Amino acid sequence: MELKRTVKFEADRDPEFARWISHTVGGERIRHCLQCGLCSASCPLSLYMDYTPRRLMHLSREGFKEEVLSSSSIWLCTACYACMVECPKKINITHLMYALKERAIEERFYPKRFPIPVMAQQFCRMVRGSGRITESWLIVRVFLRTAIWRLLSMSGLGWKLFLAGRMPAKKEKIQRQDEIVALLDSVAETRKELAL
Amino acid sequence: MKYAYYPGCSLRGTGRAYEESLLAVFRSLAIEVQELDDWNCCGATTYLSVDELTSYALAARNLALAERERMDIIAPCAACYLVLNKTQRYIRDYPDIKTVVSRALGAIGLEYHDRVRVRHPLDVFLNDIGLEAIAAKVVRPLKGLKVAPYYGCQIVRPYATFDDQRNPTSMDQLLAACGATVAPYPLKTRCCGGSQKGTLPEIGLHLIRYLIAEAQMNGADVIATVCPLCQFNLECFQKEAGSIRHPLSIPVLYFTQLMALALGASAATIGLQRSLVPVEPVLEAKEIAYA
Ligand code: SF4
Ligand code: SF4
Repeated sequence: MELKRTVKFEADRDPEFARWISHTVGGERIRHCLQCGLCSASCPLSLYMDYTPRRLMHLSREGFKEEVLSSSSIWLCTACYACMVECPKKINITHLMYALKERAIEERFYPKRFPIPVMAQQFCRMVRGSGRITESWLIVRVFLRTAIWRLLSMSGLGWKLFLAGRMPAKKEKIQRQDEIVALLDSVAETRKELAL
Repeated sequence: MKYAYYPGCSLRGTGRAYEESLLAVFRSLAIEVQELDDWNCCGATTYLSVDELTSYALAARNLALAERERMDIIAPCAACYLVLNKTQRYIRDYPDIKTVVSRALGAIGLEYHDRVRVRHPLDVFLNDIGLEAIAAKVVRPLKGLKVAPYYGCQIVRPYATFDDQRNPTSMDQLLAACGATVAPYPLKTRCCGGSQKGTLPEIGLHLIRYLIAEAQMNGADVIATVCPLCQFNLECFQKEAGSIRHPLSIPVLYFTQLMALALGASAATIGLQRSLVPVEPVLEAKEIAYA
């Protein structure tokens, strides 16, 4: 029998994380959260989450970094903005979910072969290379790196879409691709310079 | 007034019928559009989750391109619409983001001065053209066709000012102007799961199932959508979702396909044949011509 302590102590907190979340874009008002739970009630995914949005807001502002970044909730969030519409304190919950995702990817808090970060990475690569996304290519690239068997199980659907002219094999590309590269490089530079 | 049309990536792929029908509606209503010159991917919700600063710069390039032409942007895809709107807000609200974006645009010879409006076709049809003008052009009323209007997230949430965030009605009104009957559809703004079906399939499938089942329960003949991803989810995974409990079968069209049909466009020009759940039997049963 594995015994686990279920109550957290003050010492388990990471004050740096708490500071970070309330200073990140969208986090300005997190300390105003009333813990009313309207976000969790309106969230279509909360019933699958280990920590509902309400609990996640509280855990993050108190600095429970491990719990927050390894929570399934940040990956379940579909950015549907239902919570934000209801929040009486106008807390930018959806945006905070994005910020947590970004941080969790940075610090590698996710299971191996987990498709979401892989998809994000491939997406970014395709934008840098072509300026636009060709969905068919993106799906293939993601499944090749995460679950090849899913590619096979989806191939029936892929074929139907192809026949309907909805899965063009041709890659979309913009003309002035150099502009995208210059744009991306400039962002990276400014970010470094201003330490954002 | 001329608009800059920003199709976004999906309308060139799985959402082709959206583009075809949207352009048909533009033509019928004499709305002048010009495709945004060399537009790029808006970054969608994916980029936002790995690198938000970059996503604003990507979206801003499109804003700046439209501003240079002094035109408002029409963005039919829900994700594009949201990302462009969000980028405008964040550039306004956060000086650091503004700095990053202006420098990045400067590096490619562009500027952005917050002088462009991002519009959704629902907004343009309803507020710039108007219901009466549309109703006057209807040649093939969608009589007897019961439509469940599905808005999903991101069109009205959280930034749209042209409709109510909890109970939007712009599509309802447009469909009614085309002669259709609007089915009660309380889940009209519930999330379809976005790309969840691809990344966390079991959960995505449940979200999809409820949406379709409720439309059927309320007697709808078709579901109308405003977003390529919603349309894809509800249509392409319908069969699979139907294997959970009750079989499901209902065509899922873009609202522009229904509008174009009412305005007299023929099926082949508005991508009806691209549907995986065919709509023709429904139209025939209602005696609505579509050739
Ligand atoms: S709705 Fe807003 S105030 Fe209420 S618990 Fe959620 S985040 Fe906090
Ligand atoms: S944005 Fe995320 S957290 Fe908020 S309601 Fe939607 S899924 Fe839930």
